[in-house]
Amino acid sequence: MSEGLARVCTVSDQPLIYARGLVKRFGDFTAVDGIDLSVAPGEAFGFLGPNGAGKSSTMRMIGCVSMPTSGELRILGMDPVRDGTRIRARLGVCPQLDNLDPDLSVRENLLTYARYFGVPRAEARRRADELLEFVQLADRAGSKVDPLSGGMKRRLTIARAMVNDPDLVLLDEPTTGLDPQARHLLWERLFQLKRRGTTLVLTTHYMDEAEQLCDRLVVMDGGRIVAEGSPRALIETYSTPEVVELRFGDERPADLAGKLAGVGTRIDPLPDRLLVYAADGDAATAEVHRRGLTPSSVLVRRSTLEDVFLHLTGRTLVD
Amino acid sequence: MAILATRVSARSTLAVLERDLTLYRRLWRASVFSSFVLPVLFLLSIGLGVGGHVGDIGGVSYLAWIVPGVMAATAFQMAVGECTYPILGDFKWTRGFHAMRATPVEAGDMVCGYLLYILIRVEIAAVVFLGVSALFGALRSPWALVTPLVCGLVALATAAPTMAFSAGVDHDSYFALLFRFVMIPSTLFAGVFFPVGQLPAVVRPLAYLSPLWHGVELDRAATLGAAPPWPVAAHLAYLLVFTAAGMLWAFHAFGRRLQD
Amino acid sequence: MVTTMIAARVSPARVGAVFGRNVGALRSGPAYWLVLLSGFFEPVLYLLSIGVGVGALVGDLQVGDRSLPYAAFVAPAMLAVSAMSGALAETTYNFFFKMKYQKTFEAVLATPVRPFEIAVGELGWAMVRGSLYTGLFLVVMVALGLAAPLWALAAFPATILVGLAFGSIGMAISTLLRGWQDFDLMSTGQFALFLFSGTFSPVGDYPAAMQVLIQLTPLYHAVELVRGIAIGQMAWGLLAHAAYLLAMVVGGLLFAARRLQRTLCE
Repeated sequence: MSEGLARVCTVSDQPLIYARGLVKRFGDFTAVDGIDLSVAPGEAFGFLGPNGAGKSSTMRMIGCVSMPTSGELRILGMDPVRDGTRIRARLGVCPQLDNLDPDLSVRENLLTYARYFGVPRAEARRRADELLEFVQLADRAGSKVDPLSGGMKRRLTIARAMVNDPDLVLLDEPTTGLDPQARHLLWERLFQLKRRGTTLVLTTHYMDEAEQLCDRLVVMDGGRIVAEGSPRALIETYSTPEVVELRFGDERPADLAGKLAGVGTRIDPLPDRLLVYAADGDAATAEVHRRGLTPSSVLVRRSTLEDVFLHLTGRTLVD
Repeated sequence: MAILATRVSARSTLAVLERDLTLYRRLWRASVFSSFVLPVLFLLSIGLGVGGHVGDIGGVSYLAWIVPGVMAATAFQMAVGECTYPILGDFKWTRGFHAMRATPVEAGDMVCGYLLYILIRVEIAAVVFLGVSALFGALRSPWALVTPLVCGLVALATAAPTMAFSAGVDHDSYFALLFRFVMIPSTLFAGVFFPVGQLPAVVRPLAYLSPLWHGVELDRAATLGAAPPWPVAAHLAYLLVFTAAGMLWAFHAFGRRLQD
Repeated sequence: MVTTMIAARVSPARVGAVFGRNVGALRSGPAYWLVLLSGFFEPVLYLLSIGVGVGALVGDLQVGDRSLPYAAFVAPAMLAVSAMSGALAETTYNFFFKMKYQKTFEAVLATPVRPFEIAVGELGWAMVRGSLYTGLFLVVMVALGLAAPLWALAAFPATILVGLAFGSIGMAISTLLRGWQDFDLMSTGQFALFLFSGTFSPVGDYPAAMQVLIQLTPLYHAVELVRGIAIGQMAWGLLAHAAYLLAMVVGGLLFAARRLQRTLCE
């Protein structure tokens, strides 16, 4: 693999992103409400939260596209207000909405973009071919962008974000709108990037994505950070090892919650089902039956970030 | 808070120009008609057809009289055309400017790169038109050779504020208004087809405001080898000031649009 | 843009619904009254610039056995052009969008509505919009003293015939277009017609071969018909021009309906 792609970040151990009391307001609306964070070189860092949590606004400030209303923000040790151009020269950005050039070919999209970073033409050609190989689009190099599938377009956008050999790659909801197969292919490619030491910062509202890709993440809600840690640590802190999902025919889950008091560590009645948090799911299920309840379906599963989020905010993530 | 200041770097500006030329290489066919064919058709219909009934004007044939006007008007219309839908499209539909925004390319580079692209397009069209005019025998002075430069200046003075306008609107309906209330009236009343002196005195200043009129008069002075109504320096200064003001407006409008 | 879900039976209620949809679509854009009205200014501006402005250089023009001010010669031509471009804008650009991209007609044809009824219904809206422009333009002509009020009134039905003719042909062409790139070709043709159909100078000025060619094209007949009436120079020859336009209406509509049937129903 190329030296360029495999390059490990050279910014020593100072944080690539450092924020204290970061605020973004649009008129009366506060999108980001005083957050603190720090991302170290080589990390894969995630912002997890529902739509409107403030993830994208934060990402746009990190990308030096939108200016903070107040608070301190340093990217690659520089000030985004003063040094935006220099910072952007070392970032790779994969935006939420694809903004590829529909009238250019796949390869031309990469070449044109490389020129924005001042990459010399010959070097740009070399990188474009290598990146197309990496995102498995080499056979589509001459094709126009429009006929590509959603997953292919997103992979091309990621290749485009790598064309300047960035120190930091920002991915805003990289797999939203993709089918499961395309998502897994994309995750696999991002995992390869991570293994090469590329620092990744991503937003997502998919729990499984955050668990797959992030070393560390913050959970955002209403513009604030409500929890921070590794996926495992968050689950251990805010949930139980297992969760039992109970569904009942006609009865409302909320009415049954009382009868289950004391089963497991906590009970969450949702509109369509009841969640029982327990160290041992099978034991909790047995207890449910012992109390004379006959759920129409029972699912014992491992606890996920979804449960963490539900616990922290009282809401499910994807409505 | 909008950023008023923008940086312009030669490297980024050229990268933007390179992108526009790459696109042009794919899409040039669509513009052949408006850039090359339409102006010649105009010459045939109005210059020769109507001209046959006009006789001489200012001592030359009507055809020779409107050639410089049609030439400047072509530069003017190309600039308006290329700075409306394509600019809004790169903000709204393909989001090409947003893609640039994530790189070291600044709003100022986007504006300057695109202006250079328009300049190249207009120069090519102007040189071709000049050649056709020579075949018609409509050029009366070697000064005609400077007309492509004047056309370039007209294009810049027109393109810069039009880009700013396009960066500020969110719906293409406004273009219909721009075409019908600014572009077409300018083309029809800024001295291209008949002398501005014929206009009622109250509306004449409107023609003087249009960069097109200054371009028409400079071009006409050059092809006919006569002095323009104002000193050459005054016409040039007007076009340059118009360009500079338009660029500042465009920097501001691009910066604002890319902020959201 | 326009969603004509219920198109075109030739019942007034249905046609009213089509208008409502089209007006609604216009209103969805900003400054829509201004946009709608601005369509009327274009031919007026040409009339003032070429007709009045250049007309001052031309003086009078000999048409048949009469001598006319140049503006009075150009005005009826601009009127015919206005009727043409109003009808074409609606039946090509908008019609093509509805057919190809919005799939409006596919939805309509799932109902009892038949292709011919779609064609007639679409043409109806195009006529209303076009007539608004030509009506206003006639008022301007009378106000500038370029046509006598009675002749102007008599010219109005002729502009409707012109609109119908180009609207029908426009729809027929729309069913043949492959994509947006063909619009460039079409606007080239439209502009050539605009410049050379006896609009700005009498066709008699051109070489004989070109005259024959022009006499085959539709805008020439539209201009001759409208001009003949507007300047009060009635002659049997006008009937031939009207017949040409009538043939365009019938031929265009039948062709469009057949193509629609073939592309959408089979």
